[in-house]
Amino acid sequence: MSARADSLKGWGFAAPALLWTTAFFVVPFVVMAAMSLATLDGRTLIWGLHADNYLELAEERYLWRAVLVSLEITATVTVVSVVLAYPLAWIIAFRVPARWQRLALLLAILPFWTSYVVRSYAWLLVLAREGVVNQTLMTLGIVAEPVTLANTRIATVTGFVHFFVMLLTLTIYANLVQLSPNYRRAAMDLGANAFQTFRHVILPLTLPGIATGAFLTFVLCIGDYITPQILGGNTELTVPQVIMVQLGRRADFPLASALAIVLMALVTLAYLACARWLRIDRL
Amino acid sequence: MKTAIARLLGTTMLGLAAGAAAAQEELNALVWCDHTDPKLIEPFEEEHGVTVNLREYEGTGAALALLEQSRPGDWDVLVIDGIDVFRAVEAGILAPLPEDELPEADFFPEVVMKENNSADGVTYAVTEKFGYNTISYNAEAVDPADMQDLSTVWSDKYEGRITIYDYYLPVMGLAALASGIDTADITADDLETIGGVMSDMRANAASVAGVVAAQTALATGEVDIVVGGGEWLTAVLQEEQPELTWTIPDEGAVRWSQSIGVLADSEKPDLALEFVKYIVSPEGQARLATSSCFWGMPANMKAGEHLTDAQKEVLRWDAQETYLANTQLYPAPDTDLDIEMQDLWLETLQQ
Repeated sequence: MSARADSLKGWGFAAPALLWTTAFFVVPFVVMAAMSLATLDGRTLIWGLHADNYLELAEERYLWRAVLVSLEITATVTVVSVVLAYPLAWIIAFRVPARWQRLALLLAILPFWTSYVVRSYAWLLVLAREGVVNQTLMTLGIVAEPVTLANTRIATVTGFVHFFVMLLTLTIYANLVQLSPNYRRAAMDLGANAFQTFRHVILPLTLPGIATGAFLTFVLCIGDYITPQILGGNTELTVPQVIMVQLGRRADFPLASALAIVLMALVTLAYLACARWLRIDRL
Repeated sequence: MKTAIARLLGTTMLGLAAGAAAAQEELNALVWCDHTDPKLIEPFEEEHGVTVNLREYEGTGAALALLEQSRPGDWDVLVIDGIDVFRAVEAGILAPLPEDELPEADFFPEVVMKENNSADGVTYAVTEKFGYNTISYNAEAVDPADMQDLSTVWSDKYEGRITIYDYYLPVMGLAALASGIDTADITADDLETIGGVMSDMRANAASVAGVVAAQTALATGEVDIVVGGGEWLTAVLQEEQPELTWTIPDEGAVRWSQSIGVLADSEKPDLALEFVKYIVSPEGQARLATSSCFWGMPANMKAGEHLTDAQKEVLRWDAQETYLANTQLYPAPDTDLDIEMQDLWLETLQQ
């Protein structure tokens, strides 16, 4: 009786979350999956098990190219963000005095306080031909003519990295401050130099923090529409941009849903990779 | 006791006030951003003692999907791309409009567009605003004479100094005109030719941008030319940067238009019709033409009586006869051609 009561209590506690997930994830996902197998006859939606949208995805160059572009940008952003965020988190965790760490973290996340769209447009101005970056390069005599930075993949990656470095700094910092200083002392006592200590002790122990941040970066980056739309100048299209085009004028929900399913599959693969090799599942 | 009575009275008064506010009639309109300017909407609200709830949308597909997902009666008024009225009529979502109550006799004849706004002799929508997708440019940075020839506009002479407006129909319309094809005559057989022109355009363009990004690019000097731009792009920048201007090339340009209609399921058809009549009245037209979101020519010529000389100059009121004669409505493809055109557009962007 007691076990049954406990079980009921457990379901009672879990019920709100289960209901929420069912209503706002499972049901929409099932509808989207079904929609991806529907097709349009003119403007009439035909439900069924049609593979047309997935075949079109394989056949149309611009569609699979969008998948490739999304993956390339996301991989670049994730790697660059990790490389920049780790030293920053390290400095905040180990070099900034404890009483200043909160302020340092606050400063690190300050850009979060501004609107995402406004921040993207700000980057567009910074990277413009007459922008701060080009003016500085020309003043220093590094380039004679303005360099094209805005409306390129560089601009998209820059906008993303600016955002995700903050996110990764937080996840890596949280991991670093949990490490006991004894690990480093023990490694040093055993004759390891600073680099060896980092390479063989600190880095492996902080991999969960890196993996968590990298996974979040991957998920948020690959599904983002705003940054590539504003900063990339449509010089190449990512999957979310192609989805928006399908919806905007033609309301081609079946093809848009198939593309969304592909995005979800990529995110799932990324999760499985993290879970398999980086043991993110233990977090 | 007195305090209790005072509280009861206060609560009752508040309740009555809230009830009165709730009872105020509301009109729900699905619109483009130019209708959200308070100086356009407030006079109607004050005159009729109603609240107009506005929701912006982008893309006819998105609007039709939204209407499909709404309950009957949720929406009363629809603003729609002039070339897409037939889609709304086919979907059965627009109510007939009483033609005799619309001042179309005062309109620029070319934009009445009965063939677009009616079906089987029944009028379902009325044109409210129009303008041009043509060439916007910085007169201090390019040779204005070059802007009269479309092939020079997107030639390598201006490589990296061009942005293309991010909407395939007007841009493909311009590419068609440059190839000597009328926009109304575009068929699937023409897409190879149009695709070739767009590839040239794309090769020399720095970006393909939406309204705000194109304005920003032109205003900041990132680019000097916007292919597909027009008065709607540069008018709001005119005061601070008079060097940003636009022209209609010798080959011509494409014309956009927007229409307004009453939804068939509206539970307030009379009020919705009043709103449509207000929008196409001379006063409403003048306000709509100079909306803070974007400017464009009013369909009703009598709006000129309510515009200042400076406003008319920005809109190039006196040149409209020439412009209308030298422009074509942008392509209005059927479903199959639309799919092919959109695929070609996306293919070009991914080059």
